[in-house]
Amino acid sequence: MGLLARRNLFHDKVRFGVTLTGIVFALVLIIIQFGLFLGFTTTTSNNIDHSKADLWIVFHGVGYFDTGRTFSERKFYQVLATPGVAEAEKYMQAFARWKRPDGRIENIQIIGVRPGSEMGQPWNVVAGSAADLKREDAILVDELYKEKLGVQQIGDRVEIGGHRARVVGFTRGIRSFTTSPFVYASFKNSLDYTNPTSSETDVGYIVVKAAPGISIATLKKNLSERLSDVDIYTTAEFSRKTRFYWMFTTGAGLAVLTAALMGLIVGVAVVAQTIYAATVDHIREYGTLKAMGATNGYLYRVLIEQAVSSAVLGYVLAMVVAHFVVAGSEKGGALILMPLEMKLGLFVLAIFMCVAAAIVSINKVTKIDPAMVFRG
Amino acid sequence: MAAVIRTAGVTKVYGEGATALRALTDVDLEIRAGQLTLLMGPSGSGKTTLLSILGCILRGTSGSLEILGQRVDGLPEGELPRIRRDAIGFVFQGFNLFPALTALENVSLALDVRGVRRRAAEKRAAELIREVGLAEKSKSYPADLSGGQKQRVAIARALAGDPPIVLADEPTAALDSTNGKIVIELLQRLAHKHGRAVVMVTHDPRVLSYGDRIIHLEDGRIVREESGTRTEEEMTAGVMVSIETGETKA
Repeated sequence: MGLLARRNLFHDKVRFGVTLTGIVFALVLIIIQFGLFLGFTTTTSNNIDHSKADLWIVFHGVGYFDTGRTFSERKFYQVLATPGVAEAEKYMQAFARWKRPDGRIENIQIIGVRPGSEMGQPWNVVAGSAADLKREDAILVDELYKEKLGVQQIGDRVEIGGHRARVVGFTRGIRSFTTSPFVYASFKNSLDYTNPTSSETDVGYIVVKAAPGISIATLKKNLSERLSDVDIYTTAEFSRKTRFYWMFTTGAGLAVLTAALMGLIVGVAVVAQTIYAATVDHIREYGTLKAMGATNGYLYRVLIEQAVSSAVLGYVLAMVVAHFVVAGSEKGGALILMPLEMKLGLFVLAIFMCVAAAIVSINKVTKIDPAMVFRG
Repeated sequence: MAAVIRTAGVTKVYGEGATALRALTDVDLEIRAGQLTLLMGPSGSGKTTLLSILGCILRGTSGSLEILGQRVDGLPEGELPRIRRDAIGFVFQGFNLFPALTALENVSLALDVRGVRRRAAEKRAAELIREVGLAEKSKSYPADLSGGQKQRVAIARALAGDPPIVLADEPTAALDSTNGKIVIELLQRLAHKHGRAVVMVTHDPRVLSYGDRIIHLEDGRIVREESGTRTEEEMTAGVMVSIETGETKA
C-alpha cells in the first residue's frame, strides 16, 4: 500500500511537479495573505504592544491609537497621585510635516516620550540610543524610512513642523501601516514639532505602570474613581481595540482581511483541485484494485498516504519559498509576519486540505463501478 | 469435476422503464474446476456482463450465484471484496497493470491487498513471475514490456492469491498471434495443471481449439455449448504441464 502510494506520487514526475506546484502556490499564497494580515494588525498596535505599560489613559471616546486627541496635563498629576501607581509618563502621538534636506515634504507621526523612562520607548535601536532623545532636537527614525525621509546617518539634520531636528539614532523594523513613518522625540520636542502654538499642558496619552503588589484591575478601578473624561485600558485592551478599529472599520483593514480570506479560499481550492485531479488520473488503477478485492479501507489508506506525503513535501517547499518572501518583506513597504503559531497552523492546514481533498476524491473512488476494468 | 461457479436464472437489466436494457436473460451455468471455459458471442451478447457477475463485481438483477458452494448474490456489498480476494483472479484485456510499479511489484501488490507481509509477498511474487517465464523482466516497468509480457505479468498477478477461479476478459485481443498463443497456453495450463476454473471471454477464433467448453451467448442468452477436444479422462486425470516451459508430462 505504502509502495503504491509513493510510486503513484513520484512515478509521473510532470504530474507530481504540477501537484507540488499547486500545493506550494496555495500555501505561499495563504502565507503571504495571512502574513500581510498579521503584519498589518501587528503594525497598527506596535507602539502599544512595546510600551511596557500596564495601563493606557486616553481622552474619553478615543478607542484606538493614532487619533491625536489631547487632554489637560493636570490629569497626569492626578494619576501620579493615585495609590498603586509606580510610574506614569506623558505620551504623545501626532502627525507632523517633515522637511527633508532636499526640501521635499513628507508626513510623519511623531511619538513623544520621556527619554530615560522605562515606558513608551522606541525598541530595536540599532544605531545611537533611545536615551539620546534627551539631547537637543534629537529624533530617532527607523532605518526602513531612510530613503523616504532623506536621511542616511546619525547627525543628519531636517526640519519638523518648522523646528530643527537631528537624527541621533535608528531603529529597525518599527513600521507604520500608514504612509507616515513614526519618528521618536522627547515629549517636550514632540509638542513643538506637532503644534508650535500649544503649551505643555496638552497630553495625548498617559502610560502607567502598576506598583508591585497591586493588581492592574485594582489600579484601573482606582484611577477610574479619580479621573473624569478619560478612558482607561489595559495595554492588551487598548492594543485589541486599536487592531479591531483598523482591521474592521477601515477600508485598508477590510481589504487586507478580505485578501487573507480570499487567499485561504483560493489556496484550499487550488489544493483540492490539484489532489482531486491527481486522484482522478489514477481512477482506473483504483478500479483495478477494487476488482482485485481491495476494500474501501485499503483505498482510503492509499489516497490518504498520498495526500499526507504531498502535503508534507508541499509544506516544506512552501516554507523555503515563504522564508525568502518574509525576509524580503522586512526591507519592503509591507510587513509579512510568519510566527511559529502560523507555521504550525499552516502545517495542520496543509495536511487537512490535502486529506480533505483526497476524501472528496475517495468518494469518487469508492463509488467506482469495478466493472469499468473490463471496458477496454 | 466440481462446479466452482453455479448460476441459476441470472438476469441482468440495466436501467429502468422505457430505457431498460436486458443484458442477460435466465443464464444457467456451471463452471468446473480444471477446465478452460470460453465465453463467445458477438458484441453486445452479454459476455462481459456475465463475466462481471461471475467475478462478483456486478450484481445480477435476479437469479442466484454460487461461488465455491456459497450463495453470494445476497451478500452485502462489503462482503464481495473478500470473495474476490479469496476466490477469483482477474485478467483484463487492457492488462490494467500499475505503470508506477515494476512487474514484480505489480504481482506483489495483489498480495499486499490480501494483507500478506511485504517480504513474503515479494518472495511469492518472484516465484509467480518466474513461473510465467519473466524472471529476467521482474524489475521492468510495464512501459518496458511487450503486450504479451504485460499479459503474463497480469496472469501472475491474478494467481497471486492462489484463487481457484481465474476470469479473463479477452486476454489475447490486444496481442499478436505469437503472444496470443503464449497467453492462451498459459491459461490453459492453469486449468489443466493446477485444476483452476478458467473462464475466458473471447472473440478470437485462434483460441477455440484450447477451450474445454465453449459457451455461445447471443442477446444475453446461452444459445449453444460445445465441448473441446480433450477427453473426460484427460480432464479428470490432470495433465502435468510446466507453466514455464510448456512441457507436458503424463
